[in-house]
Parts: sequence; structure tokens; C-alpha cells
Amino acid sequence: MTEEIYNAEHIVKTFGHGKNQVQAVKDVSFGLEKGQVTCIVGESGSGKSTVARMVLGLMPITSGKLIFQGRDVTNLKGRARTEYWRDVQAVFQDPFSAFNQFFTVGKLLDRSMLMVGKSVGQERLEESLGYVGMDLSVLARYPHQLSGGQRQRVMIARALMMRPELLIADEATSMLDASLRVNVLNVLKDLRDQLGMTVLFITHDIGQACYLADRVLVMEHGVMVEQGKTDEVIFNPQHEYTKRLLADVPKLHEELELHDLREELQQAGELA
Amino acid sequence: MSLRGLSPRFWVAAVLVAFVILVGLIGPLIVSTSPDATVGGLYDKPRCCGPLILGADNEGQSVISNLVYGTRTSLIIGLLAGLIGTAIGLVVGLVAGYRGGWVDDVLSAIVNVGLAIPVLVIIILVSVSLPQRNLYTLALVIGFTAWFWVARAVRAQSSSIRTREHIDVAKLSGAGFWSILRRDVLPYLLSYVVMACILQISGAILFESTLSMLGLGASNTTSLGTMLYWAIQWGSVRTGAWWAFVPPTFMLTLIVFSLLLLQSSLNEVFNPRLRRGRAARKRAKDEGEELEEVTVEGEDAGPVGSGGFLETPVSAGRGESR
Amino acid sequence: MGTLVNAENIRGVYYTEGKDVVAVDDVSIKIEEGEVLGLAGESGSGKTTLGSIISLIARPPLHVEHGTLEIDGQVQELGGHAKIPRTWRGAVVSMLPQGAMNSISPTKRIRQLVYDVMRSHESKISKEEALDRARDRLTTLGLPSRVLDAYPHQLSGGMKQRTVTIISTLLNPRLLVADEPTSALDVTSQKILIEMLLEMLEKRIMSGVIFVTHDLPVLRTAANRIAVMYQGKIVELGPTEIVVERPEHPYTQALMSSVLAPEPAYANTRIEGMSTFDRSLFDAPAVFH
Repeated sequence: MTEEIYNAEHIVKTFGHGKNQVQAVKDVSFGLEKGQVTCIVGESGSGKSTVARMVLGLMPITSGKLIFQGRDVTNLKGRARTEYWRDVQAVFQDPFSAFNQFFTVGKLLDRSMLMVGKSVGQERLEESLGYVGMDLSVLARYPHQLSGGQRQRVMIARALMMRPELLIADEATSMLDASLRVNVLNVLKDLRDQLGMTVLFITHDIGQACYLADRVLVMEHGVMVEQGKTDEVIFNPQHEYTKRLLADVPKLHEELELHDLREELQQAGELA
Repeated sequence: MSLRGLSPRFWVAAVLVAFVILVGLIGPLIVSTSPDATVGGLYDKPRCCGPLILGADNEGQSVISNLVYGTRTSLIIGLLAGLIGTAIGLVVGLVAGYRGGWVDDVLSAIVNVGLAIPVLVIIILVSVSLPQRNLYTLALVIGFTAWFWVARAVRAQSSSIRTREHIDVAKLSGAGFWSILRRDVLPYLLSYVVMACILQISGAILFESTLSMLGLGASNTTSLGTMLYWAIQWGSVRTGAWWAFVPPTFMLTLIVFSLLLLQSSLNEVFNPRLRRGRAARKRAKDEGEELEEVTVEGEDAGPVGSGGFLETPVSAGRGESR
Repeated sequence: MGTLVNAENIRGVYYTEGKDVVAVDDVSIKIEEGEVLGLAGESGSGKTTLGSIISLIARPPLHVEHGTLEIDGQVQELGGHAKIPRTWRGAVVSMLPQGAMNSISPTKRIRQLVYDVMRSHESKISKEEALDRARDRLTTLGLPSRVLDAYPHQLSGGMKQRTVTIISTLLNPRLLVADEPTSALDVTSQKILIEMLLEMLEKRIMSGVIFVTHDLPVLRTAANRIAVMYQGKIVELGPTEIVVERPEHPYTQALMSSVLAPEPAYANTRIEGMSTFDRSLFDAPAVFH
């Protein structure tokens, strides 16, 4: 039984006040096991990205507790948060807007070098780029000169420079072509296998979760409806929502069972 | 930044601004007469060619000489005041917009008060109480009252950039507050700030002229505004000595007009995508095709985006393929 | 069933400041009556460009250098200085652009959009008539008529997309070109939209659909035939099952192998991404089944 390096306990996130309050995350609890890939699967509006940002410390929690390596890391600020980011890093969804368009790749990575310290910096830089299959020639390029897949790999390299314990990938493959997606997923797999990194992967695509994850957590409208080992959740789903998700996902090697339009609408509660 | 495909509007503005700057820079060297030298009598008529080409003013001084020296003064004050105002406003706006929270509340309150106060009154009061009114104190005073507007405009831009993803990445990379402001927020605002600065400069020039016309201008140098002050005081309008007030008015108008024209055409310089429309238009014209309107598209150079039925409301009845 | 649309020798080029980009490289394609033809490919393959050329909305910087479109026996020149008859757009071929559901004016009610669309083709039509037709269509396809009175933000994603789809076919076009109609939807709404498209075909609201998408699993369910595009050319074309299960072109093979599904075959294995493939293999001649 591997140890859990991260724990979220009854976290809640509410936006707005009074009558206009929206509960984006409603009492979610989960744990991340060391050296494993955990996937949060949910459609848009499920709250999965909100959870990611809270784990990252970029969004304050309304209530609940976050524990990392035994320390309470709920709502960190200032120095404590900067220290936290030595151990926890992220890759985001949009490979274009995540870059400062005025920076070359080298300038972007320079910043991380400062955090790490000059002596170790250069070495880490080369190492990180190597892990994502890139070499030093990419340092002189601007983001608009790179493809979407290359940009995401640079972002992963940036995160790796800190040698984090936990890497959060928030829909990191959603804006990439299918063929490039597999590359990025393989990089994450390798990080787990070769570096023993713990990965939290957020996605709406349950197929990717199936390929990559050791554990799957399913979210719907702010609630975590099911969690467990990948095999269990995907091939033996318990919750209604998970079952419906798996049934409705278009598959390549079989046609979806299409019903009468009206029947479908009734099921979805959208009938006229 | 390439200069290809810029519209005629930009080039006209650029030429006019260059001309005005030349007048201020080199004019005094070409016109060798000093603006304080007496070269003629009261309101001598213009006579070719020499110091009296535009006649003489109320003190018998050369109008053309005063004109070029005055342009130089107005430009210097405008530039200084504009830069001071932009610099202060930029810093305040950046910090307020990016930082948010109570810092933003306090700074915005100050800005709002500053915007509400009638600036002209303040400047007059300050000017009157200054022991010495020269070029530089004037520029300072104008600059210090101009920054409010810049701060508000920059604040809005800055707070919208705050939510962008590259800021998150910068934080995660350990960048500090000022580093992020300087390298992740400011470059994205730069084009906006440059355009705001030009507006500030033209505003400052006008402001200085207004002050000078009211007799509150710099006491030891001549400016376009002071020329107008004397022109009014000495009744040149009444007596029909047009050469006393028309040249400075014309020059002022030219300066402000060219700066505003430049500002409005700068959008194209900073956003090359807007230029593509012109190049494509020209090409289409050359090939005899129907002219189309080009929309500004998103990141991809790609296809035509939402054409078809979604745009029919606009082009309904015009028969164009929009 | 006969051929609905015959597009031949289409060449579409983007004239940009630096160089000209050939987006569609001499493509010919037929769409049969009653079918959904899937146009698949990655970004930059030219599929969206081809879709916009066929739906007659290409405009600068996209130039159609040559090509013809034949519908119902009428041949339309697309290239050079050809004039597209105004009546064709929307009424003969209609395009449902990518992101359409997010591009409609948020300050106008849906019925205003309906009215504008109908009026652009029949300038004399009255508001009543236009709305009546729309109401009819909505009810036929299972949408409540209250949708007409709503603002866009009041509708869910799935409803919005279905509404826009219906509006783009109000003029009963012969062919509908839908560009990534399911990409922004959750899986259940995707399914409902596909069902709606098929029902519309059945009811002859339109006689054919070109479904442009990068999402191959969706095409497996929605399309009768699939055309795979790569760098401006069609590299494989054939019945859905064959193209998906037994692709013959190296590019199609690579594409199919990159698709991940929640199936046992994909858990605990390793699939190599396309960058490991030898891209020169993709220049193989096209395969038509």
C-alpha cells in the first residue's frame, strides 16, 4: 500500500454572495498516492478545474483542508506558497496563452533557473528538456514558432525543473491533436515510471484517463460521484453518472447505440 | 516591426508630426533672428523675405522667429508633461489593476478624486502661487494633474491581463510581484500606453497654451500660447493684424491634429493583422475582384470563421458575399 | 440514391504577406443523397477550408483558384472571379460554423436571429410567417418553442447547438456543412445532436451532411463514409467501417492508432504517438475504397 502524499478533506468552493451563490465544488475528498497517476474526469461545469486550482494554491478554498506530505497547506500565501511551489507544479490547458508571447523559451526557463539556483540550474534545464524529448536548440525559439505539442512539452519541462513531487496537468492535452496527445500522455507516463512522480491529471476525456491513470475520480456538478482504481471505475462503474458517461462516449471501434431522438431527450430531461 | 502595408493615414500623420518636430528642432537654427530682437514697429505687415516674412508683433519682434521658438517651447513642455503624466499613471494603474484588493481600492479612490476635481482651477491656483514660472515647473504641474486619466485607463487593462494564464505560470516559476508587472503585464500594455502617451502629449500642449493665453504661462520664454496672449491683449483681432494670431493658432492646430491622427493610426502599427486587410484589399482590387471587408480574426490565420447565415443580418439586402 | 453534390478540382489558397499557403490541393469529392460524409483530419489538414469553400463562404485572404460545384444538375464555378448567386448560400448549401453557438449575439433573442436569417433570403417574409416556420421546425425536432423567446445565455450548451443547427437549415438547404458541431458539448449532448442530424436527414430537411471534425470516434457513429485529409489532400475515402477498422493509407493508420478509448485494450499498454512515425510515409498515394 503506497503512502498518500496529498489529501483533500471535505473541500468546498463557493463563488459569489447571497442569492447569487454558486457552489462549484461541494464537499469533495480524495487522496493522491505517491508515484501514481490519478485522474479527475468530469465534463464542463463539474468543478474539476476548480479543484485543480485549489490544490495548486491559485484559488482560495471556502472550507475544508488540504494536506501535503503531512503539512497543512490550506490557503497558503506569500513565502509559504512560493516554497510549496518547489514541490507542486502544473501544466495548463492552453498551450498558447500559457506563454508570455514576448519571451523566448530560454527566458521562460531562466526564471525557473533562478528559483533552483545557478549551480544546479543549467544541469536541470538540460535534463528537463531531455525528458520531454527536446534539446537546447529550442531555447532560442518564440512560442509562435512552436507547434501546440511542442509548447506543451516545453511547459512540462518548465515544471520539471523544480523536480516537483506532484505534477498537476489541467486538461493539458485537450487542445492538442489526437496524434500529439499520445506523446504528451506518454511523457507523463514516463515521469511516473522513471522519476516516481505523482501526477494529477484533469480531463473530460475518459479514454485518456483509461490509458494514463492508475486511479480515476469522477466528478459531476461539483460532487465526486465515484472513485477507485481505473479498472474498477471504467470497466465496472457503480454510479449512474459514470455508467451514462461511459455509455455515451463515442467509441472508435463500435457505433454508439442511438435511440429515438425523443426518447433520448426524455432521458436527459430536456423534452419540450 | 515591419512597416509594410501601413495605410496612407499613418504616413500622413507621420509626415506631419515629423514636420512639426523639425520646425521646433531646426527652425530656430534656420531663423537666425532672436525672438526678443526688435526688427520692426508695432504690427508691421508681413514682407518678403527675412525676419518680417510673417510680420512683426506688438513689440516689433519677428513673428516667424517667435513662431519657431514658440513651437519648440510648446513641444518641450508637452513632451515633458506628457511623459511625467504617463509615467506616474502607468505605475499607479499597473499596481492598482494587478494587485487588486485594498491597494486597488485606495489608489482608485485617489484617482477618482483627481478626475473629479476641475484641473484647470487647480493649475491656476498652483501656478499663481509658484514663485517662479518657467518651462519646467509648468511641465511638472501639468504632468502631475494629467496622470489620473492614464492611471484609470491602465488599471482597466492591467486587471484584465491579471487573469491570463501566463501570469499563473510566472507565479509558479517563482517570479515576484514587480518582476511579473515589468515582464508579464507591461509588455502586453505597451501599445496601449504609447497611444495614451501621445494623447497626453497633445493634451499637455493644449493645456499649456490655455494657461499661457490666460497669462499664466512661462514667464521667460515665448510659447505659442503666450503669442496668443499678447495678440489678444494688444487687440490684433480688432485691428486686423492677422499675422499676430493666425500663425500660432495654425501651428497649434497642426501639432494637435497630427498627434491625434498619429495616435489613431498607431493601432495598425501595433497590430499587423489589421494591415493584412489593406494588402489583401489592394491585391483584390488589382485583380478586379469585388472588394470585401476583412474581419479581424483570432490567433489562427485560418479560414473564414463564422460566415454564412450568422452574418446575414448585417449584409441582408446588400448582395455581398459577407 | 444518386449523387447530391459533386465538387471537382477544388484548389484553395491563402494569400498572406509572407507566402501563399495551399490549404486545399486539387480536391474532388462527391456527396451522396441521404448520407453523412465525415471529413476528418488534424489541424492544418484543410478540412475546415474545404468545408467553407463548398458552402460558398470563402473570402479573402482565402482565394479559390479553381473548382466547380455541381448540385441538382447545376454547375457552379468557384474559382477566380466567379460570381456566386446570392440565393445559393444558405438555401442550397448552408454552413454551420465552428463555435457558432457562442457567436450569436448575446443581446438578442433567438427569434430575432430566426427572423434575420429568413429575411435575408425572402425579404418580403413577415415576422409571423418566419416564426411560424421556425416553431414548426423546433417542435418537429424536439425543442420547446419557448427557445424562440430566450436569450442565448439562457439555453444550455446542447440546446444552443441544436438551435443553431436548426436555424442554419431553416431554408431547407440541399447540403449542410457542419464544422465541429459536437466539439464543445458534453457526451450526452453530442449523442443527442447526432441523433437530431440523422432525424433531419430522414425527414429530408436537408439531403446530405458534411461533418467536419478531428474527433474520429464521433464519425464512427455519425458518418456513412469518411474522407481523411492530410496537408490539403484527401488521402483515404471509403465507408466508415472500412476506413476505421481496415485503413490502408499510412496516415490513416497512424491516425486511427492514436485514438484512445475507455476499453481494456487501452489500459496498461503503450501506444506510440505520431512523432515516432516516419512522416515521409504519409506521401503515399491516396486510397479510395
